[in-house]
Amino acid sequence: MSVAPLQLKNLCKSYGALRVTDDVSLEIAAGELHAIIGPNGAGKTTLIHQISGLAAPNSGSIIFHGEDVTRLPMNARARLGLVRSFQITSILPRFSALENVALAVQAQHGSSFSFFGNAAAEADLNDIAMGLLQRFGLGTRALVPAGQMSHGEKRQLEIAIALAAKPKLLLLDEPLAGTSHDESQRLINTLQELRRELPIVLIEHDMDAVFALADRVSVLVYGRIIASGPPQSVRDNPEVRAAYLGDEVV
Amino acid sequence: MNQSIDLDAPALAAPARRSRAFALPLIVFALFALLPLAAVLGPQSFILALVTRIMILALAAMSLDLLIGYGAMISFGHAAFVGIGAYSVAILSSHGINDGFVQLGTALLVSFVFALVTGAISLRTKGVYFIMITLAFGQMLFFLATSLAAYGGDDGLSLSSRSLLFGSKILKNDTVLYYVCFGLLLGAYLLLRSVVASRFGRVLRGIRENPVRMEAIGFAPYRYQLTAYVIAGMIAAVSGCLLANQAEFVSPAYATWQRSGDLIFVIVLGGIGSLHGAIIGAAVFSLLAELLSHYTEHWALIFGPILILVVLFARGGIGGLLGSKP
Repeated sequence: MSVAPLQLKNLCKSYGALRVTDDVSLEIAAGELHAIIGPNGAGKTTLIHQISGLAAPNSGSIIFHGEDVTRLPMNARARLGLVRSFQITSILPRFSALENVALAVQAQHGSSFSFFGNAAAEADLNDIAMGLLQRFGLGTRALVPAGQMSHGEKRQLEIAIALAAKPKLLLLDEPLAGTSHDESQRLINTLQELRRELPIVLIEHDMDAVFALADRVSVLVYGRIIASGPPQSVRDNPEVRAAYLGDEVV
Repeated sequence: MNQSIDLDAPALAAPARRSRAFALPLIVFALFALLPLAAVLGPQSFILALVTRIMILALAAMSLDLLIGYGAMISFGHAAFVGIGAYSVAILSSHGINDGFVQLGTALLVSFVFALVTGAISLRTKGVYFIMITLAFGQMLFFLATSLAAYGGDDGLSLSSRSLLFGSKILKNDTVLYYVCFGLLLGAYLLLRSVVASRFGRVLRGIRENPVRMEAIGFAPYRYQLTAYVIAGMIAAVSGCLLANQAEFVSPAYATWQRSGDLIFVIVLGGIGSLHGAIIGAAVFSLLAELLSHYTEHWALIFGPILILVVLFARGGIGGLLGSKP
């Protein structure tokens, strides 16, 4: 019997009187893509912040592969394989796309307390980085400064960076945010491939994407999970329809 | 097809750009290397002393460029490390210990400890707080120096002799001192050039761009920034050792916050984040101060507008105007 790779136990977080995370317990099973949906301000991003270590919960615990990571900083969780992407694109704008990815590879390969030799010319880092860029259709854009790429390319790059950090579980915070129809189609295809490789927690507003991709869906409203289950059962849940989906789903 | 050109164009342009980036520092160091030969034609000792001081200032400024230009750590207390270097030489010398290597070793050790302790505390803060806390540590050291009554207090302290190298008084010769400064400046330049291109330097530059992103891929910014802070502090201490030898005198003035401000001025003037910009900035700063002081004692007044013009119209500093940006 295998233990779920990621377990959230009774997570609570408040900003002053505002409860942004209210007793959230969740298990992400091996190999599943778990979508978290909810109206704006429901506390989805705050939840991802807590899982990734960017924010600390007031109480509750986060267990990753059997280890309690609740008090670990983000960088330590990333090294354990709990890797996230950001809702607002977070890249190194003056670094080339290749170096953005190569840095994440570097974090996994040997010490970075090395003061000699040209890191940008390290073939073993660049080869892995280039492979990832090609996989995401960015191979020909490898030397372009990341800040000059199109929004859709940056979203792809962000996922490539996350994968270069050798995740055992991926936390994706609205990867489709702000993308055009074509770009989001391309990203959805990317995610379809990725879900076969590792468990993913996905926050997304695009309902078509969520119902196309997710094995399970949890609905977060005012910091509380009001429903959790396979997409169809969540879609049919009257409470969910009232709170969130409304007329959007026919 | 078009896309493949995208890939090739920068790749082809890179060698040309790189050779241009190397040309400027090469010219700068060649000029320094040859200057003593030309100085014979003019007021030799004056020129040698002036350019020696330029190189000493450049060394301190270059180390600060590692922090500001590559690590986004705006330290306003960097002159404290120059003070540590200078006082290590002077205090040991006043006790009859004139061996240059003992003095240098002491300066490196003390600056290492001071950088480690003050950096460890300062780097817990960000932005304006970091600037203020480094300023506060710098001022602490300044006031410590003024209170050292046994070592001259406010008035400073004259050296009984320049440092001895292998027991020899060879540094008494200004040309030898000049080339020692030149060698150390070149060495520090090559060292820092290597550091900023290395794995460590790439992490440091990444933290400058986006610390949260760096954390998200598994880097703990604090450790890398603290390491850079210690490296920069120790190099500035070497510059202090040289300054004491050049002037044969030390005073708390070496460690004032005004001197820290001068160091920032120098790298902004020469071009932040290029290393050799610090050298160009130091030369322009010193020559301008020397020149203007002939006309008016309020020469510092003219510096302000110059800095404003550089910041407004030449973001890459003078080094940037000369067409080099590595």
